[in-house]
Amino acid sequence: MSEKVLMKGNEAIAEAAIRSGCRYYLGYPITPQTEVAAYMAKKMPKIGGVFMQAESEISAVNMVYGVAATGKRCMTSSSSPGISLKCEGLSYLAACDLPSVVVNVQRGGPGLGGIQPSQSDYFQATKGSGHGDFRMIVLAPSSVQEMADLTSLAFDLADKYRMTSMVLADGTIGQMMEPVELKDDMHETHYDKPWACTGTKMEREHNIINSLILKPEILEQLNLDRYEKYKVVEENEPRYEEFMMEDADICIVAFGIASRVSKSAIVEARKQGIKVGLIRPITLWPFPEEPIRIAADKVKSFISVELSMGQLIYDVKLASQCKKPVYLCSRVGGMITSPDYVLKKIIEVNNLGGASV
Amino acid sequence: MIVFQKPHALTDVPFHYCPGCTHGIIHRLVAEAIDKLGVEGRTVGVASVGCSVMSYDYFNCDMVEAAHGRAPAVATGIKRALPENIVFTYQGDGDLAAIGTAETVHAAARGENITIIFVNNAIYGMTGGQMAPTSLPGQITQTSPYGRDVKTQGYPVKVCELLSGLDGPTYLERVSVDSPQAVKNAGRAILKAFTNQVEGKGFSLVEVLSTCPTNWGMTPVESLEWCRENMIPYYPLGVYRDKFAENGGGEK
Repeated sequence: MSEKVLMKGNEAIAEAAIRSGCRYYLGYPITPQTEVAAYMAKKMPKIGGVFMQAESEISAVNMVYGVAATGKRCMTSSSSPGISLKCEGLSYLAACDLPSVVVNVQRGGPGLGGIQPSQSDYFQATKGSGHGDFRMIVLAPSSVQEMADLTSLAFDLADKYRMTSMVLADGTIGQMMEPVELKDDMHETHYDKPWACTGTKMEREHNIINSLILKPEILEQLNLDRYEKYKVVEENEPRYEEFMMEDADICIVAFGIASRVSKSAIVEARKQGIKVGLIRPITLWPFPEEPIRIAADKVKSFISVELSMGQLIYDVKLASQCKKPVYLCSRVGGMITSPDYVLKKIIEVNNLGGASV
Repeated sequence: MIVFQKPHALTDVPFHYCPGCTHGIIHRLVAEAIDKLGVEGRTVGVASVGCSVMSYDYFNCDMVEAAHGRAPAVATGIKRALPENIVFTYQGDGDLAAIGTAETVHAAARGENITIIFVNNAIYGMTGGQMAPTSLPGQITQTSPYGRDVKTQGYPVKVCELLSGLDGPTYLERVSVDSPQAVKNAGRAILKAFTNQVEGKGFSLVEVLSTCPTNWGMTPVESLEWCRENMIPYYPLGVYRDKFAENGGGEK
């Protein structure tokens, strides 16, 4: 059974989390994602769940660490400056292989920045979410429907791989309202968690969840084992959408709100006879390298459309092995690329005909 | 007839603590409380960062190692997920009273139904003897080589006094382990802090004045004397909060 409702993106995240079996939400207010907390504060007490407003983002992520250590599905959400504070916790969650879901509804930075949409935490989410070698699964919704669906997926992937899944949204998708279809039960698979700390009941040896490993040979092996797991994730979990790529000369790569704006620009450019298409990464890690590698042999050039100063572009260059020029089309600081702005870049790149600049 | 043995709640892993350090005594008192209450099978302990970081190897119950200072937040998450379980943290002074001050104060303010064992030895032990938030005025450490100068390095944090300004805590007591009588008294306080949680009474913290012969540069016996002569006068022992005391809640 399912129902169709009109919802804000942030609310869709919260509702999908609940329907995915999450009964523990631990957060701290920050614009533009506070609706997630407000929704959870209203709903959780009525369904036997726990809503906690922590004293800081640091405390919130450590409460998540505590709940995750018991094997229960749990979530925290924040926006850019708050995620910076959570990075310590993200490292510990990764080091202890604890499943958890973290939402970042990005705003403009650096520093306190602004409260308007941004994608400038791309590096932080995909490359440097804390100290040490580790990865998070990063999912990038581009609609309110995907806010719900990818949140649900985030819980399953977190449990499946014992990792943190991050839903990397932006202020636009978080704040916009769209119809969204919600299944009654989005909790797809149940995973056994024999490692969880729930009390020995005097029936087994004590479980220890810990990231202090003083013997370098053991710590190295744990890192190697974790990266073997990441390899499996890289093989199985890349997700992306292709739009008008069949005959494209120019390939735009964009995710989230930037991909929606790009689609409008592509439709307009096609009317003008420019063959342009889009590859939209849905998972930012693992990055969908294959479609971009294949496209690199067909198209004349790439454009990375992003709300950051050229972060996504690095992965486009790596995936395309720099076989074709990759151009940047971006706005930052809370400004959003308009379809006209992207169209102008498409025309400019088309006029270059694939030549490097 | 067995009259004395290792508590069941302690594992057989040998302690790594320095000779004369009182962590071993305090670990034993915690384990005795767990044994007496028969709650080992439903207890989850939270280890912190500092000398006692490896306490996860020493307690037989399930153990979670927290990031530096975050143990009360981690314990909160565990307790909210497992309200029927017994959750305790074991933290030193740097962890609890410096980097984890916010987590400590707010877990106390919420009246979180957890038990905190706070070991105060007035120094950072594991990193080699730096000034702690609880180092005494004038105390010489690696980072206060001319003695803690309160004009530039501020005053020590008195945790029981600080938390007794909040409505949240149920039970706050400061004890020491500098003599057999003191150890016995500390055991009583730690048992009470666990009993409170079993009975759902709320936040309990026991501050245990401890010694660090290695970093204080003293023999174990001299350390106990230093604790008696210097720490206890600055950190008065006693009950700072007991909401359920028979006399109606004796505040110090």
